Order: sequence, then C-alpha cells, then structure tokens
Amino acid sequence: MAFTLKVNGTAHSVDVDADTPLLWVLRDVLGMTGTKFGCGIALCGVCTVHVDGTPRRSCITPIESVGDGAVTTIEAIGTTSQGSALQRAWLDLDVVQCGYCQSGQIMSAAALLMATPKPSDADIDAAMSGNVCRCGTYQRIRAAIHRAAGS
Amino acid sequence: MGGLVLSVGIPSLLRPGSAAPAQQPSNFAPNAFIRIDRAGAVTLVMPMVEMGQGIYTALPMLVAEELEVDLDQVRLEHAPPNDALYANAILHVQTTGLSSSVRAFWTPLRQAGAVARTLIVSVAAKKWGVDPGTCRARRGVVYDAAAARHLRYGELVDAAAALPIPAPDSVALKQPKDFTLIGTPVKRLDSADKVNGKAQFGIDAKIPGMKFAAIAISPAFGGSVRSVNEAAARAVGGVRQVVRIEGAVAVVADHTWAAKKGLKAAAVEWDDGPNAAVGSGDILRQLQEQSTRPGAVARNQGDAQKALAGAAQRFDAVYQLPFLAHAAMEPMNCTVHLQKDRCDLWVGTQAPTLTQAVVAELTGLPKDAIKVHNHLLGGGFGRRLEADGTLLAVRIAQHVSGPVKVIWSREEDIQHDMYRPAYYDRLSAGLDASGKPVAWIHRVAGSSVLARYAPPLFKNGLDVDAVEAAAEPPYDFPNIYVDYVRVEPPGIPTAFWRGVGPVKNVFIVESLIDDLAAAAKQDPVVYRRSLLSHNPRALGVLNLATEKAGWGQPLPPGRGRGVSLQAAFGSYMSQVAEVEVAPDGAIRVHRIVCAADVGIVVNPDTIAAQVEGGSLFGLTAALYGAITLKGGRVEQSNFHDYRPMRMNEAPTVETHIVKSMEAPGGFGEAPCACVTPAVTNAIFAATGKRIRTLPIDTGQLKS
Repeated sequence: MAFTLKVNGTAHSVDVDADTPLLWVLRDVLGMTGTKFGCGIALCGVCTVHVDGTPRRSCITPIESVGDGAVTTIEAIGTTSQGSALQRAWLDLDVVQCGYCQSGQIMSAAALLMATPKPSDADIDAAMSGNVCRCGTYQRIRAAIHRAAGS
Repeated sequence: MGGLVLSVGIPSLLRPGSAAPAQQPSNFAPNAFIRIDRAGAVTLVMPMVEMGQGIYTALPMLVAEELEVDLDQVRLEHAPPNDALYANAILHVQTTGLSSSVRAFWTPLRQAGAVARTLIVSVAAKKWGVDPGTCRARRGVVYDAAAARHLRYGELVDAAAALPIPAPDSVALKQPKDFTLIGTPVKRLDSADKVNGKAQFGIDAKIPGMKFAAIAISPAFGGSVRSVNEAAARAVGGVRQVVRIEGAVAVVADHTWAAKKGLKAAAVEWDDGPNAAVGSGDILRQLQEQSTRPGAVARNQGDAQKALAGAAQRFDAVYQLPFLAHAAMEPMNCTVHLQKDRCDLWVGTQAPTLTQAVVAELTGLPKDAIKVHNHLLGGGFGRRLEADGTLLAVRIAQHVSGPVKVIWSREEDIQHDMYRPAYYDRLSAGLDASGKPVAWIHRVAGSSVLARYAPPLFKNGLDVDAVEAAAEPPYDFPNIYVDYVRVEPPGIPTAFWRGVGPVKNVFIVESLIDDLAAAAKQDPVVYRRSLLSHNPRALGVLNLATEKAGWGQPLPPGRGRGVSLQAAFGSYMSQVAEVEVAPDGAIRVHRIVCAADVGIVVNPDTIAAQVEGGSLFGLTAALYGAITLKGGRVEQSNFHDYRPMRMNEAPTVETHIVKSMEAPGGFGEAPCACVTPAVTNAIFAATGKRIRTLPIDTGQLKS
C-alpha cells in the first residue's frame, strides 16, 4: 500500500504493508537509522519517536496508524528548544557510553519536557523508566534532564 | 583505509569515510596509529573498539599528550583487522576485552605520539638551524626557544616523512608531573554523534542494493530444520528469498518487516536434536556431582587442609551462579556482501582479526579478501568477542546475490547468546580462636570459556580466568588452596561476560569474608583491615570507600550497609552499598559509594562513568539475571523475563579516586564485579540472611 509519511517536516511516499511498524519504514525504507531497534515489543524504548509531539514506540506503531501525524525523530529533535537543550545537557554531562539507547532516551526526555517543563524526579522516573540503558547511564540522564529543564 | 571516520571538534561528526572533510594527504605516517596531512589534520587509528567504555577518548588522550595536539584537532578511524599492527600486547591479538586496552596501549601510544612529534620538531629545528631540544610543540605548532618563529605541523610533514623513524623506545616520554591532558576530565570524543542519531553502529550500515534478512535458529541448541513453508513465506509482499541452512532459516526481503512476516509465514518446524531433554536441573546436578572431585590447582600455599582440621571454627558454603545473557542494546547483526573474490563485512566486533580468520576459513577466501568494516558497538560486554553472528550471516549470504543485512530479533539474541557460564563453587574456611582465617579452600566448578576461546592459555586443566580473584584474594591467608574443575554443560554455549572471572569470584570471596567477620564477632571493615597488612592499595580503597560512605553511622530501620573489596584487572576497588529490605523481601539499593585506585588515571570522568554504569550492570545480574533451560532451549526471550535495571530502580552511585602514580590498571569491568557483594553484604547486615545463590531470591528475605 502507498502511504505518505511526514517525517521531520518532509513528506515521503512509501509502499509497504499497512501493518509495517514505523521503525522499519524509517530505518530500512527511508534510511534514517538514528531511530534504533532494540526489542520489537515496546519494552526498551530505543525506537522512541514523536508523532504530533507525543512519544511513541515506533517498533509497535503500524504505519497505517500514523495517518497525517507529524513524525519527529532524533535526527530533527535538535530543532526544538527542548531537544536542543537536552542535547547540550547530554554533552555537558557526558551522558553517553555505547550510545545505542540514547536516541530513544533523548526522544523520551524531550517529550517529557514538552509536557512538563520542570519535571520532578518522580516525573522523570515515570517518563523514562521505559527506556533501557544496559551501560547504566541513568544517573547522568536524570541530571541532564534537570539541567536542560533549568536552561 | 576502510571503515568509518570519526571527526571531532565542533561540530563533531561521525560519518562514513566518504563524507569526511577533504584532506590534503601526505606520506607522514610514522606508525600505524598516526597520519598527519598537509593541512595539519591529525588522523588517529584506533586499535581497540569503542563499546561505551570510553576508549575512543582515552587512547587519543595518550597519543595527543605526546604528539602535542589538542583533541579538537584529531579525527578517529576504526583500525582494519591487522594483528601485526594493532594487537593488544596483553591479549596478543587485536581484541578489545579483559579491561586491558589502556594497560596494553599506555606505552605504545604515548611512544607513537612522541615519535611523530620528534620527527616534526626535528624538521623545524633544522630549518631554523637550532637544537631540536630548544624547540617546543603545542597544539600542532612548533615554536623556537624564544617563540619568535613557529611552523605548523602541516608545513613540516612532507619533510618529516623523509626522515628515518626512530625506534619507539628511543624517544623520551613525559614524566607524569608534566602531563597536561592525561588525568584531566576530557569530554568524550564520541558524544556529539550519539545525541543526534548520526553515530553509526553495525546495525546502521547502508550498502547500496542491500536486502534485509530475519532469522530463526533452532530453539533447542543443536537442533535442525524439519520443515519450512517456503511458498507461504514468498507470498508475503517484499519477500525475495527463503534460505535454509544448517540449524537455521532466513527470510530475505526488501525490508526487515517483510522479512519478519515472511519468517512467520514460513512456520518453521524443528527437530530438537540431541539436547532436547536438557533442563537447568540437569546442569545443576552435573555441577554438583563433578564439583566433588579434585580439580586443577590454581593456588596452594601452606597446608590448608591441615589448618582446617585444626581450626577452632569451620565454615562450609556452596555458591551457585546462573547462566547469563549479554543482552546488549544493539541486537546481534551483520551485513555481508559475499562476492567471488572478496567478502565485505559491516559489523561491530571486539575481535576483528578473529572474525576475519573464521570467515576466511568458512568461505575459502584468503584473509586479506575478508574486509572487516568495523563500527561503533551498541554494547559489547563480551558478546562481540564471538564471531558466531557473523558466521551465520555469511552462511546466509552464501545463498544471496548482493549485500544482505542480517538482524537478530531480541528473542533470537537472548535465546542464542553464548552465555556466561553457570558455576557451582564449594568453599571451606577455618578460623583460629581469635577469629583469624587460618584456612581458605575454594573449588571453582564450571565451563571453561578460555579452553574454547584461547586453547593455548588453558594449561593442565586450569582456567586462569575462571579463578581470577579467587586464587589471589587481597587478604593475608597463611593457608590457601584453590582449584578448578572444568564442567561443560550439554548443548548450551558459553562465553566471556563483562567482569569475567572476578564478577563471580569477588562475590563469593567477599561473601565468605563477611561471614567470617560475623563469626569472629568483628565489624566487617575492621576485620578486613586486619587482613591487609601487606596490601596498602587494597587498604587504601577500603578506607576511602568506608569513610566517604559514613560507615558505622546509624541507618533507618530496615536498611543495611555492606562493603566489598577487590583487586582485579590491575586495579583496586572498594564499594559500600546501602540497601533497604522491605517486609515482603523486596530490595531497594539506595546508594553505592565506590573508591578506586586505578594507578595513574587517564580520564577521571570515564572512571566515574564506568563506576556508575558498571555497578548497574553487575546489579542487574545480581537482582534479576538468570538464563534457564527447559527442553534444550532457553526459557527467557525478551526484556520482560530477562530484566534490565530501569531508571526508577537505579541507586545513586558516587565515585572517589585514590591519587596514585602506579601504572594504569584496567577498569571497564571492575565495578560489575565489586557491586554484588557490597549489596548482598548489606542485605546480610539488614536481615542476617546470607545470599549464596544468584540472582537474589527476594522470597527468602521476607521478614
């Protein structure tokens, strides 16, 4: 089936089955590999993108459910004030280790700041505990979110 | 030069080589690690791989310190496979593991920088007619004694390339007191591209014409394909091909989702093969039985049996540890383009030369026809020391025309990992009337990864990795006997796992020491101190960690404080954990305080990051980690039943570094090993219950 997908402000025509997850459309069809594959069943958050500003696990989001929604990925989150503040804070605190989960971490954190500009630790736990980091960078992620919220 | 180029500076880029800024090549490459072009751009070739541990920052710091360039002037490249040029001097192969990278390259990379700088400075000095010893280099510029004249490195490299290259050990290296870079908290060079989606992991390889494959491997280890509905698979839109190989089926398609749907439609049926009946209980019984027989002696000092017989008090304990999966966030994957005369591999691997060798053997191509394009690793933890995933991808590619990207599902990744072995250790200790340990006997029993992975290192039945930190505990033990029994479980493959031997042995040793302190009615810290008279570095970290943690200060009810101490990977570490045990047995680790003596510190912020992350990695296993078998297959499948620690569960972690002028020690794995006994000793302090089986069974902690 043909779909028109709006990603980071650009419309793309893709021809895939209606149940194809957004993740594989982004990665394999459009070649946008910043969004990662981790578990395939929304348990780890590395595939997080925004659809109309709301965080979505792209591995379980069929393309047919996206419709006219505006998809934002890690490649463009820096154009939002929250995304750019988070990226700066991530660099200031040297959050990353292997880095594989960090696209999803930043996308979840950006959605948090868009909804809750000054999150508490409990807000951060609630928004971020679906994002797994095997390197264990949680402490710095939390500090970086607070830092970005204060900037 | 193949592979990817990591340019740093502002903006920092991680891009395929073709997108790298235009260079003005020169012939100046005085060794395999450094190239400087006519524009002064410095390219550093990284012999070890970046998997989160910060080595793409630490190794450039070593070079830059002596080369006298700033890190914003360097670009990084992944090294091609070449043991002659890039072998790690500790492992004798171009492999990243055993927390050995800084230890192995501490001298060679500083020498490499010094050789290059010496050549460049000598050219400037000759032009000016002055003694090179009067010149100074700084930020890629050579100055004369009065700083009246200067020349940029780029202006000097052509002449420098014509000079004879001095022997690495003939150039003087800086004294540590003169370091300007080493020891400072330099920002990671790989961060920028990891926060904007540009970083390229193996799974991100984009090869023109590439197809995508989904795979199913026999659920039971060693099983085979019985039937495949190829027609149903091919009827799925986008599916191109069904590949049936020994023990696995792959569906090749235009994108991964089509491949996954095709694989589901293929409805593969399996013959479970020789391990069909194997379960965890069988493996435990095998360990129990075989650990009763004497093993290969790892340490025998004094007469431990005699001392035990004469001891005032005797302790016997059995420790059980489970199989563990690595579960790196980047699932196993490899992209292959196999052609008649060459095989290109796009993959993130800890062992590029091993990968090259086994693919050469499989394909019959010469080694130099196997092009390993290495990538950033989305977690390694030992999993990517193994080439099984690459071999599987090549076996699929043998049936595919053009490049194919093989991505494992998370389920395949967990159910066809190569696992940290299960262990069954028996210990006995004896105390004299004053409570001092007069006898220490430890038998380690489990699979030998070393015997499979590096057979020459497995001598006389002894696996030196499996007994690391058991054979040489940091304490004064007058009579100690440690041996090893190799027990290979049926079917299930085993492999190195972050923390290797120490990750199990430190837990065991530190648990028993804690028991002995309790039996001697002494404070666990006081007791340990009394056994460290010959070990000032161990004593130093113990004292620092306990001081910073407020050892002995009152805690709220339900909480306990536990301590651990280790000497492993050439470093010393002590941790104090504060743990709360709820009435239902649930555990909350509130705080971890760590003191580390790693010798000379290359980057203190990396040490802190490794303590923070490594502690959580170890804690995840201690709290949740177990791979179990039933019917010859792994029972766990994804992050719901092979649980990683999540943000809401993570303790705060503090790092304190002991100032030291000793040679650098290894560090990436140390915190994984040290954290577990600190936590289980804290549980003992809170509840009086001793944890001897991992993962921790909170059911037994109910009050």
